[in-house]
Amino acid sequence: MSAGSNMALPTAGQSVAHESARAQVQGAVRYVDDIPELQGTLHAAPVMSRIAHGRVRSLDFSAALAMPGVRGVVTQADIPGDPIFAAFGHDEPIFATETVQYVGNVLAIIVADDVMTARKAARRVKADIEPLPAILSTQEAMEKNHFVLPPVHVARGDADTALSVAAHRLQGAFSVGGQEHFYLEGQVTYAQPQEMGQWLIYSSTQHPGEVQHWVAHALKLSLHDVRVETRRMGGGFGGKETQAGHLAVWSALAALKFASPVKLRLDRDDDFLITGKRHPFDYDYEVGFDDTGLLSGLRVSMRVNCGFSADLSGPVADRAIFHLDNAYFLQDVSISSYRCKTHTQSHTAFRGFGGPQGMMVIETIMGEIARYLKVDALQVRRRNLYATAGQTTHYGMPVEDNILHDLLSKLEHSAQYQRRRETINAWNSQHNHFKRGISITPVKFGISFTATLFNQAGALVHVYTDGSVQINHGGTEMGQGLHTKVAQIVAHELGISLALVRATASDTSKIPNASATAASAGTDLNGRAAQFAAASVKGKLAAFVSGLDHCGAGAISFRDGQVISPTQSRPWQDVVSAAYANRIQLWSDGFYATPKIHYDKTTLTGRPFYYFAYGAACTEVIIDARTGESRILKVDILHDAGRSINPAIDIGQIEGAFVQGMGWLTTEQLVWNENGHLATHAPSTYKIPATGCIPEHFNVALWNEPNREDNIFGSKAVGEPPFMLAISVWEAIREAVAAASGDTSRLNAPCTAENVLRCKTVKIQA
Amino acid sequence: MQVKTLRFLHRGQQREIQNVPPTRTLLQLIREDLHLCGTKEGCNEGDCGACTVVLREPGESEYKAVNSCIRFAHSIEGLELTTVEDLSADGPLHPAQEALVQCHGSQCGFCTPGFVMSMFALHENSLARRQVVDRSAAQVALSGNLCRCTGYRPILDAAVTMQMLSKNEQTMQEIRWQSAQKGLKTACKPAVGDYLLPTTLAELLVLRSQHSAAQIVAGCTDVGLWVNKGHQELTQILDVSRVAELRRIERYPHHIAMGAAVSLHEAYAALVQDRPQLKTFSERFAGLSVRNSGTLGGNVANGSPIGDSMPLLIALKANVVLMSVRGHREMPLEQLYTGYRKNVMAHDEVLAWIKVPRPTSSEFSRIYKISKRYDDDISAVCLAISAERVMEGDGDAIRRLSIGVGGVAATPVRAIKTEALCEDPTTVSGLFGSIKAALQAEFDPISDMRASSAYRRELLGALIDRFESDWRGEKLVSLESWEDLAQVLS
Repeated sequence: MSAGSNMALPTAGQSVAHESARAQVQGAVRYVDDIPELQGTLHAAPVMSRIAHGRVRSLDFSAALAMPGVRGVVTQADIPGDPIFAAFGHDEPIFATETVQYVGNVLAIIVADDVMTARKAARRVKADIEPLPAILSTQEAMEKNHFVLPPVHVARGDADTALSVAAHRLQGAFSVGGQEHFYLEGQVTYAQPQEMGQWLIYSSTQHPGEVQHWVAHALKLSLHDVRVETRRMGGGFGGKETQAGHLAVWSALAALKFASPVKLRLDRDDDFLITGKRHPFDYDYEVGFDDTGLLSGLRVSMRVNCGFSADLSGPVADRAIFHLDNAYFLQDVSISSYRCKTHTQSHTAFRGFGGPQGMMVIETIMGEIARYLKVDALQVRRRNLYATAGQTTHYGMPVEDNILHDLLSKLEHSAQYQRRRETINAWNSQHNHFKRGISITPVKFGISFTATLFNQAGALVHVYTDGSVQINHGGTEMGQGLHTKVAQIVAHELGISLALVRATASDTSKIPNASATAASAGTDLNGRAAQFAAASVKGKLAAFVSGLDHCGAGAISFRDGQVISPTQSRPWQDVVSAAYANRIQLWSDGFYATPKIHYDKTTLTGRPFYYFAYGAACTEVIIDARTGESRILKVDILHDAGRSINPAIDIGQIEGAFVQGMGWLTTEQLVWNENGHLATHAPSTYKIPATGCIPEHFNVALWNEPNREDNIFGSKAVGEPPFMLAISVWEAIREAVAAASGDTSRLNAPCTAENVLRCKTVKIQA
Repeated sequence: MQVKTLRFLHRGQQREIQNVPPTRTLLQLIREDLHLCGTKEGCNEGDCGACTVVLREPGESEYKAVNSCIRFAHSIEGLELTTVEDLSADGPLHPAQEALVQCHGSQCGFCTPGFVMSMFALHENSLARRQVVDRSAAQVALSGNLCRCTGYRPILDAAVTMQMLSKNEQTMQEIRWQSAQKGLKTACKPAVGDYLLPTTLAELLVLRSQHSAAQIVAGCTDVGLWVNKGHQELTQILDVSRVAELRRIERYPHHIAMGAAVSLHEAYAALVQDRPQLKTFSERFAGLSVRNSGTLGGNVANGSPIGDSMPLLIALKANVVLMSVRGHREMPLEQLYTGYRKNVMAHDEVLAWIKVPRPTSSEFSRIYKISKRYDDDISAVCLAISAERVMEGDGDAIRRLSIGVGGVAATPVRAIKTEALCEDPTTVSGLFGSIKAALQAEFDPISDMRASSAYRRELLGALIDRFESDWRGEKLVSLESWEDLAQVLS
């Protein structure tokens, strides 16, 4: 480790390298597919529906089973437990047996000696499916009352009256597309039957506890019989929260039937077709405002494309409601959220979890108001910003920690927004074919699981007799640096070198009942639990040393690898071995539950979030008004990570999230054809940002202020909030479109060249 | 199955692997036979770069980063293979690795080995050529590697700083490996069996006449997908990539002749040498790792309607030469195609040469590509225009117009009707509007996941407008080049 081993520096707060970095660059870290295979391991592949909606008449496996190397097929008949996945909505059959509900719906699993044979055989299964009418749009779902969950309406004040008295009114309708996670490591599970009916499941999952629960539910086992281990994922982004459960159940069922270890690794194209994505949203809005742009009444309807089942659509759609305000005080507001059921993949968690889709409405509205009033959009945004304190959100949570007034001013200044805006306006007046746009958009993102019960975490700290330390907690590592940060926290707490602390694989047999690593809360929850565990060990050692030196335990400090009493300084290792010899417990657990939060699910009111994380981005773009192509020219970001535990990792999260959000809003387009088939099912057709998309001017700075709530090390969660900084790209492009005399109200996300050019000509249909 | 032992060089040792089936991929060989799991499968279609490894030919200094997932294992016969595990096998981290650690360039780490290998090749090749790796070179070298975590900034930083960590001298390991390499002669097999790897044109033609059912591959950047994704059972492969004659680029006064096995990277370098305006376009063709494997001949013979080389070659009036044991024939490139991925080649024929005319002083040619992403993407529309710029009376005029278009029909096509507008010298005043109307009327493009029919048609017009801007010498005509943009906006 680089800076981390410098004993003069406190361990937390330093930009140490990711705990796996050196091994990663050597190709020496192990993902599930790299685990040496046990003898007799079989490989599985899914049989998928090619019909979006239909009645299954029969499945003919004969051609598949006749292939050399094929061991057999797993169907509903092979499920000992409930044939429905243990998902939140209890509405997803493990295998589609009577009806298929989307192209990619899994009908059965083929098991073979090797993976290519399994995949080839799966494609030879003949499914006789009687097609039924498929619902592929939210509009159609609305017309047919086709929902996965009932609609939710949230209102405050009197939107109708406010709108009727408003000086100005605007109406609009637009859509925002979904997004494929495109974790570089596809979904994979390796199920290994153990002795006495027990199971070991290696899963690339953000939620080992849920995988454990799903497998036990399907196999009719107690939870204590299923152990799930996850050392790391090759990316998650929300896509391995519930979606990993499906694979785990399928592979465990196969392993049960064939009494062999079974690995199920999806081909990339199958992964695209089977698993859920970010929810596409369609919006209608009506907004009132005065001459200064101050809102006076807002009515929004959000049609959420949930796909065929509920999955996490309820909480995702709820978070879209919570974050519809983004950073703005909505006095009189009425929001309707429709959870539409369509015959597509069941859309799921994805970084931001509905928050981005909620914020898109209000940020679009801010831009439209500014262009209508012909004033600077930043001015309109400022006009509507929450006060520094004293106002409450539309769901009744006081906004007490708002730093955006200062943060926006600082960014406006550092990015030279006003000067550049003038330059751009002048440039635009001299250029016809190309137009530039600049925009600053803020982010205020609530941190905590909205389901209060998930805001709990546990950790273990083991100190061995040589002074080395092993930590374990309920969170999972997907690249975000959680294990690095937790190790830093523990090293910091114990006053020892980071090199002495090793993070270990997430394991349901170590920390039970752990929540998903999601909602940006991984470090907040697990870091604090680990700190408590370390503090507990430290307390025991302090008591031991205070006995030796006849002082109070409070007088003992731990720093720079030394245990220091008023009379003596001893090396950490010596104290540990002496304590062991004196039969002192050298390990401990820690448990943390987030304070203050509560929330009424029926009215969507309360304090669902412990605190808010803030940030803002200034983005400049250029568009080719003749083709609709665009380039992102400059990005300046100022983001609030509280007192950062690891600035390099936090900046990495901010940059990565921004670029992922930029992809969502520019090049990443999911296209379902008229038969409900996802036509963009591989990186050849689905384009995430590449190295050439990134502007050289890409500055990220951290807001230098600790979290005002008592959070681990004064830090703030950073996984999701910066994703929404990319809305500045959307708004900058709209500015450029407006400068090109395009109709911004015709723009839908993503801003592909075609969608941008659509603003210029009615010849191109949506 | 009748396959010969596969022999290649790895860590200074000659490795021999028996019974490798003809369509076993290099990635399968590496992960499942060599048990080196550092190299990853991300997409299994050559689009993400997680599987990137580096190849080198005996006696050559050039390292080539390639996608191992869509290459057949036998294609590395006689080559030196380097995987991520090899760089620091018995020593400190390679500068590419060290720079990635120091710049925080890995998060989940799954794409990292691929980036390391692309950066390794870039580092070694730049060192050999005494070139500085700048941001632009780094973006080009890493264009075939996707990362979903970092947003690329730290990776690009690592690529442009790795040379500072370089000791600027060969490691002991490298010297040892090189000395071992001398022992490995061109180890190509006698041309029998299920993986035919001829080394001479004469041998190739005989093999083709004997094995007309064998699937011809060169870089395998498309055929690899037929196997991985299409599950095609190809029983015999005829790999043309080692045919010495077909790897040549020959420059004649009036044309360049490029052998069908010349890589896209080298072929485009040759084209750019004559026509510098093609540089950015050449870097937008797939990613570097695909351009290192794929060949111009393969792109042409494959005949995909969205292949980017053909519109260009049609506009430049390139000819193709087909050869067989019976002799050879030459024809304009567009006459090769008879329908969607269908061509006039007889069972015993191979595409041998592509002949591209050298530019004349009056040539004014441009190529435009529109895709969702600038780099490593397939065109919604690709339009290549070559005009002869002459003076007619007092005015600027076009004599002869040559237009190739991709993405608007079942094959790459020549815009014959539009070209007819300029059979005689025509002054440009008002001409571009006519060209635009004619071109939009000439094709009826389809709608698919890349673009709608209406947008494609709009583009045909918009790109003629762009051509007019280029013709007039406007400074900013497109957004594809960061360098041009920086210049215009500075």
